[in-house]
Amino acid sequence: MSEIIEVNNLYKTYSSGIFVRSFTEAVKDVSFKLKKGSVVSLVGESGSGKTTIAKILLKLEKRTGGSIKLDGMEINEYGKKDYYRKVQVIFQDPYSAINYFYKIDRVLDKAFALRGEKLTEEEKEAKIREALEKVKIDPDEVLGRYPHQLSGGQLQRFLIARVLLIKPEIVICDEITSMIDASSRAGILNLLLELRDKEGLTVMFITHDLGQAQYISDEIMVLKDGDLVEAGDVQKVLINPQHEYTKFLLSCVPSLYAKWDLEEDIIEES
Amino acid sequence: MSKEAILRIKDLRGYYKGTFGIVQAVDGVSLTVNRGEVVAIAGESGCGKSTLAELITGTPKPLLHYETGEIFVEDYNVYQTDPEVLRTQVKTKIVSYVPQASLESLNPVMKIIDFIADVVKERTGKKSDRDELIEFAGNHFERVGLNRDVIFKYPHELSGGMKQRSVIAISTMWNPKLLIVDEPTSALDVSSQKRIIKMLYEMKRDGIIESILFVSHDVSSLSQICNKMLIMYAGHLQEYGDMEDMIEKPLHPYTKLLMNSIVSFDPSGKRKERLVSIEGSPPSLLNPPKGCRFHLRCPKAMDRCKTDEPPIFEITEQNRYVKCWLFEEGKA
Repeated sequence: MSEIIEVNNLYKTYSSGIFVRSFTEAVKDVSFKLKKGSVVSLVGESGSGKTTIAKILLKLEKRTGGSIKLDGMEINEYGKKDYYRKVQVIFQDPYSAINYFYKIDRVLDKAFALRGEKLTEEEKEAKIREALEKVKIDPDEVLGRYPHQLSGGQLQRFLIARVLLIKPEIVICDEITSMIDASSRAGILNLLLELRDKEGLTVMFITHDLGQAQYISDEIMVLKDGDLVEAGDVQKVLINPQHEYTKFLLSCVPSLYAKWDLEEDIIEES
Repeated sequence: MSKEAILRIKDLRGYYKGTFGIVQAVDGVSLTVNRGEVVAIAGESGCGKSTLAELITGTPKPLLHYETGEIFVEDYNVYQTDPEVLRTQVKTKIVSYVPQASLESLNPVMKIIDFIADVVKERTGKKSDRDELIEFAGNHFERVGLNRDVIFKYPHELSGGMKQRSVIAISTMWNPKLLIVDEPTSALDVSSQKRIIKMLYEMKRDGIIESILFVSHDVSSLSQICNKMLIMYAGHLQEYGDMEDMIEKPLHPYTKLLMNSIVSFDPSGKRKERLVSIEGSPPSLLNPPKGCRFHLRCPKAMDRCKTDEPPIFEITEQNRYVKCWLFEEGKA
């Protein structure tokens, strides 16, 4: 398998204040590679730099240092349209990701515009129906509606359909299941796995839930305060963690299949 | 009446009423919570979990109306008791409620101790001496495993987990026998979640509280502390029984589907099968379906389910209650 994204020595420092500058190092010297057609999870608690890395990869945030290559080329050399044809995102809150003044059909229309394809209305319609059926929502039920008329799960699936139409090489999913009912989460995760298997999509899955990371990913990266503390094959890292912080996180994850010993003291982070 | 029971609910109905119509959010729920039990209330969103919790407190929010049924908290019939007695006696020493997102209910311009002073004045009706209050609150915070100095801080100086733990500490100042917590762990990091569950466990172990009613959609977290579980669907109780039994051997079709849809961490790393989510979404409670409310999504629905609402059947050998026609004979 070849690498699609290569990140080397990535740094990001946020600064604030006018007279007295204060600096926050959000990402410190992070390097990783994403293999084509794999699902890689980025896990960590709040403030660990997960979303910052996602924003930098999406060119929504400038990095302080380091290099990022997509298919061997530095990402700043890509034109905007070219880049977003290859890299797409699904955010946590589907309601705020869609303009609620317009019917949701417009979202898919814009997807065609991004691809720059000249299609007739009939061809568009057929493609839209095909994509919606792939994400298991009934086209007649959602088309022509406004975002607030759909449930969170439906909208999130709808946004996956949009990604299907754009056919990017990599999709970044930032906490996409956290606003969705626990009973519909498995469906969304299965959908991403299907896309990986059938279309060879690369997925960067950002989550704080190690259970979901274990279920969906091939590889995992554990972040703590901007440092990449442990990375590798998901089962190896989660079953036999080496770093103290990974061990700590695992000791805090509730599981249906094992019970905590609540008499035991919580090990403090090292 | 058994001495064991701390909370008895009989055929409780509570509806939301407004210009939108009547939402039958809790429709015929019966439940008994005994001393020492930790009961989980689980289900999808919009199924009446929080509404049930709110109805038990006796002071539901404006649009929510108590309709029929009985709630006994110890010997007090909540909706027959004088509101003054409810406020000063029942809701201090017997039952305490920590609502959803309550960590945001701390006053941002007040130190925790001033907030506590307000709570004490509201509950006891008299202003307390400041030194006594500091002593009382400080001791209590220490007893529940928090630092004494937390009471002198402003909410913005505390992390989310710390705010949530402070709110739980404030709610248990008079050692209530029953603590109702609504989604205390959502929107927090995993380590803070564990600390909150550990705090609840220790409060029960140390005798500060006797029983807990834990409302959450996260069954993995619930399974760490609860010994009973109640599954709600569309305002109805669907299944009630021992936590571990219900995870291992769910009976109701809905519970089965729900357990099969939960993405949970597996310490052995051996599970390979794909999970399945429940198709469709819960019905609108403005106009709930006739018969069993789950029949539209149920894989085992029969003709009868579309017209007749099943009663709650007791399966004696397993100490389980199931609201489904499949268990009419009382056998699993």
